[in-house]
Amino acid sequence: MTEDEIRPIINKLLKKVAPETEPEKLKPDDNIQQTLAMDSFDYLQFIIGMDEEFGIKTPEEDYGRIMTLRDLLGYVMKIKK
Amino acid sequence: MIEFRMPSLGADMEAGFLREWKVKPGDLVKRGDIIAEIETQKGIIDIEVFDEGIVGELMIAVDEKVPVGTLMTHILSAEEATADILPAQRKVETKKMAPATAIKQREEEISIQATAHHLRASPLAKKVAAEKGIDLSKITGSGPDGAIIREDVEKAVTDLIAPGPPTEKTAADNIRMAVAAAMSKSNREVPHYYLQSRVDMSHALSWLAETNKQKSVKDRLLPVVLLIKATAKALIDVPDMNAWWDNGLQRKKDIHIGFVVSLRTGGIIVPGIHDAGKKSLDELMKTLNDIIPRARTLRLKSSELADSTITVTNLGEGAVESIFGIIYPPQVALVGFGGITEEPWAENGMLAVRSVLHISLAADHRATDGNTGSQFLAAIKKHLMQPEQL
Repeated sequence: MTEDEIRPIINKLLKKVAPETEPEKLKPDDNIQQTLAMDSFDYLQFIIGMDEEFGIKTPEEDYGRIMTLRDLLGYVMKIKK
Repeated sequence: MIEFRMPSLGADMEAGFLREWKVKPGDLVKRGDIIAEIETQKGIIDIEVFDEGIVGELMIAVDEKVPVGTLMTHILSAEEATADILPAQRKVETKKMAPATAIKQREEEISIQATAHHLRASPLAKKVAAEKGIDLSKITGSGPDGAIIREDVEKAVTDLIAPGPPTEKTAADNIRMAVAAAMSKSNREVPHYYLQSRVDMSHALSWLAETNKQKSVKDRLLPVVLLIKATAKALIDVPDMNAWWDNGLQRKKDIHIGFVVSLRTGGIIVPGIHDAGKKSLDELMKTLNDIIPRARTLRLKSSELADSTITVTNLGEGAVESIFGIIYPPQVALVGFGGITEEPWAENGMLAVRSVLHISLAADHRATDGNTGSQFLAAIKKHLMQPEQL
């Protein structure tokens, strides 16, 4: 999958968890959780949605590696090569 | 016959609007059933019934403003329901009415009758106005020669009691006002004292990581469930903290932990996690999965807003180390958990870097003293150091 394919899906999933936010305005190096004022509960719901959508299993130790949009897109692209 | 009255859904609540009856007279209800939807500053709340029986006459009309404590209906036994009780019950209620209320109602009746003689109004308009308690003298008629017709009265009723669904901005404003009222009352009336302690969370976090490895992503536990369960267990050890202050300390048998949920539109809402001490960590996580989204969309049940025995707030997501909170009356304590950060930690003459959590307690000095608060914080720490026993 390409970045252009993944980004809209990420936006949709973030919007589902935090409907009051505008994930499409996230910049590549923004910390997603902080920028969208998501707590750890919201972020876990987002990762659950992401695992289901992309058919992946994100281990808990990887949570710290997908904090920014750039890192997250890179992470998914690597798995979905 | 059990009276069902408008419940108080927090120290800040004076009234709500009945938006829907979920039952009708004669329906059989049991404990936990939803009988009505009430709109409050905290959104639309499902009102539960706590007794089993048959619903009596519904004494409040939809869209009516209902002060806390107002009789809404009765929950009847089978015998009471089969007897011709409803008209009789109404008479009893009128007799029981407080003198001031009865006089006011009589004055209103007289007022309507008196104005009806002087104003031009259709018989149907007079009838509807009398039924709805509308003062005809305050209505501009749109009928022939300015006579008041039924539509005028109905419009007045609509304008008076149905302000319409709140906009998103209004809902956020309402929440802000509810928080303002409760916190002002607390700050005015409750003499707070504050204590703080630190706990080494290294073992608890390692244990949690290992536990989560065995679980699917959907069933993973967040550190906050350890904090909630440790608090619940500490309340069993120090029961004076699981209490309300209402003309004296009233210890509560059940442990219902109010958990602060921040709303992204501003404000907070504090749903209760019922029987937190009896729930496993998995069950607590399931409860959070259920309650947090409903809190965020302002769809909670009455009991979830009414009966918390303590509040837990967890501001550990940002850069906050410690929280010195304000108690939510009539509770007597609030536990604040900050973020878990790496800190230098001295133990047994050795210095190491550990994952450290700051725990704070805001407590009501009318209800407890620093020594009790200190025992409570020590108990929370003890339970967090033994996560496998939570």
